[in-house]
Amino acid sequence: MKTDEARNYHKIDAVIVGAGLAGLRAALEVAKSGLSAAVISKVYPTRSHSGGAQGGIAAALANVSEDSLEAHMFDTIKGSDYLADQNIVEKFVNEALKTVYEFEHMGVPFSRTADGRINQRPFGGHSAPRACFAQDITGHVLLHTLYEQCLKHNVFFFNEFQVLSLLIENDLSRGLVAWDIRNGGLHIFHARAVLLATGGYGRAFKVTSNAHANTGDGVGLVLEAGLPLEDMEFVQFHPTGLYKHGILLSEAARGEGAYIINDQGERFMKTYAAAKMELAPRDVVSRAEQTEINGGRGIGGKDYVYLDLRHLGQKKILERLPQIYDLALNYLKVDAVKEPVPIQPTAHYSMGGIAANMNTEVIKDARGTMVKGLYTAGESSCLSLHGANRLGTNSLQDAATFGRIAGMRMSAFCRENGYSDLPASPLEKAQAKIDHLWQKEGQEKHAAIREDLQVNMTKLMGVFRNQDDMLKMQAVIKELQERYQKVTVDDHGMVFNLDLIEALELENLLSFSEVIVESALARKESRGAHFRTDFPKRDDAQWLKHTLAWRRNGKIVLDFSKEVVIYPQYQPQERKY
Amino acid sequence: MAKADISVKILRFQPEKDKKPHWQVYAIAVDDESTILDVLNEIHWQHDGTLAYRRSCRSSICGSCAMKVNGRNVLACETPIHRFGSKLKIEPLSGFNIIKDLVVDLEPFFEKLKRIKPYLILDKPLPDKEYVQSPEQLEQIGESTLCILCAACSAACPSSWPNQDYLGPAALLKAYRFIFDSRDDGADDRLEIVNDKNGIWRCHTIFNCMEACPKKIKITEYLSRLKVKVVENSL
Repeated sequence: MKTDEARNYHKIDAVIVGAGLAGLRAALEVAKSGLSAAVISKVYPTRSHSGGAQGGIAAALANVSEDSLEAHMFDTIKGSDYLADQNIVEKFVNEALKTVYEFEHMGVPFSRTADGRINQRPFGGHSAPRACFAQDITGHVLLHTLYEQCLKHNVFFFNEFQVLSLLIENDLSRGLVAWDIRNGGLHIFHARAVLLATGGYGRAFKVTSNAHANTGDGVGLVLEAGLPLEDMEFVQFHPTGLYKHGILLSEAARGEGAYIINDQGERFMKTYAAAKMELAPRDVVSRAEQTEINGGRGIGGKDYVYLDLRHLGQKKILERLPQIYDLALNYLKVDAVKEPVPIQPTAHYSMGGIAANMNTEVIKDARGTMVKGLYTAGESSCLSLHGANRLGTNSLQDAATFGRIAGMRMSAFCRENGYSDLPASPLEKAQAKIDHLWQKEGQEKHAAIREDLQVNMTKLMGVFRNQDDMLKMQAVIKELQERYQKVTVDDHGMVFNLDLIEALELENLLSFSEVIVESALARKESRGAHFRTDFPKRDDAQWLKHTLAWRRNGKIVLDFSKEVVIYPQYQPQERKY
Repeated sequence: MAKADISVKILRFQPEKDKKPHWQVYAIAVDDESTILDVLNEIHWQHDGTLAYRRSCRSSICGSCAMKVNGRNVLACETPIHRFGSKLKIEPLSGFNIIKDLVVDLEPFFEKLKRIKPYLILDKPLPDKEYVQSPEQLEQIGESTLCILCAACSAACPSSWPNQDYLGPAALLKAYRFIFDSRDDGADDRLEIVNDKNGIWRCHTIFNCMEACPKKIKITEYLSRLKVKVVENSL
């Protein structure tokens, strides 16, 4: 890496945006290949939200019962409601075992079987105990281990930097511009290859399991650059969010045997998924919960039901699920050994994201034309591995496996390609964003606009959707985007200006939320996490296809010509659990 | 949920304006079930956008929001205000330079982590599958892997305050985590690093780190085991 401090200019082979599992795994791969890799992250790497993942990482190790790659593949396809591209799923399951063993060799403290092998637990939608886990802090230990490996292999870190613009010209990525949060000021990162691994965007919703940082910045930047997002209507609502807080209580609780019960004390999943019960996939369980709540069978008629761990006993709860126990105790004063825990569906995971091919290369159209040197992996990407609904524990595996693949592809690309010229005025767009917020004499506050967005997205774009609600949301977003033009910030300082960062993030939230709404309005069927009460059936004849969305001249343009890759042996069937 | 009127005294420092930190008091009304982070958000979003602090996951796992509240190091996100009553006094972690308001310079903290070689060191060949590690062997390090690097321990450690070069409890706990990992072959290397005037012997078993740890890790106990290991190794 070469740095010109006077100009805040950095020249480096590969720049990786995001320090979660996908970003760090890619950076490690690039650094191990002998090239220079820099990770740009708006938080310290160990603060990334991959660390929030609790229950496990999927791989058919067959350590505790029979399992196979074919079974993992079929479960993932069925879980996706047949929208996943099956060539991607095939690649994913083929790499999954290697990914887990690599982690173990790096030192990840996986929970063990009695004979010392990696332990595995059941998870929703998986037909065998496939979740390799470390208690209920799996994401945390994977993230820390990867960060430590990156330190060992001399990855460069730019911690607390916010990316403001991508430098792309003539379908060729040249680098990016980022704001130094700690000191203020714009930096140019001139790179042969750029990876966007910016994670999820649950912060568009009021009730969410996501971190404050999950504002979809990479997704927003891609839209701004005129590139497409894919399948954005598919937002997963996790059935066991801590009531009122939305904080994740891992599916591992149900994997270990916890029940979900309504006001009558019934395990109501028997009505909705008699075979799998609480271990049906998340879209199914969340809909069941919301149906119970809407039918007045929430606890005391209110908007929550119970997650009941009591029969698991104190020993198992404290050994296997200590984080869940602490969260319930700290946030709701509920002792999960003795009392059931209030839960509600919470916006959790974004199946959609930046459109990319099986090599993690970002594409610009339905034909798959590549933007050279630009890559995406993890939750910010849509390859599409998860289709219309992701299975639990497939996300950590996705981030790590496709992070590694991205690193390999970037290294190969860097070896074959030099540095492309930067645009004539590389700082222009980023500077304009800052100036807009600092110079405006506006009256609008970003916090108020964000609150209006989140409250309405949760109310109108949730587990059950319909045309009227979505049209309302469409109007709300239009109004909020107009208000954003008049937004101003209190803080005009250079150093650690949180006010400025939050206002910048809001622009991204508003931008991709519009795509969620437009894509959801257009898809007149129910599939996976996208359920419309006005079109309650899946419609393969019309809608077995991906949604691509661009922002062109301020308007969202949609295209449905990108076909789903389907193998003869995994034809769409009715999805029952 | 009922509303509670509270008085929040925050140590402010705006480096571009202030010569030194000063207290600022905010009188606000919040839900009585609020956490410290909810209070900071309320102030930042509704009253004073210039307030700076770190936060992300708000579920006790990312380690961003360690700070001092009424004299105790806590994670703002998991700490309910009712633990402290209606008067809150919030300041940044001690022992670190303040960048702005509640945001401190953690670069030295992360640099110390690097010093102890925080990664598995292997002499043996890689197996085709996983290394065998018994549940009992895992138990040795299990709790130490809970560490979220929030720095609450190091900020509470009196041995760390006067000596900026002392590795401090978090880095030493990380050394413990690898030295006691049955798969690791790098103990000799790391024991040499911790057996130093700025290493394990600066720990005077004061227990402040343990009291401050939001993950309730028995840090002092592990550091004591590390001392024994250093002695055993030099015999």
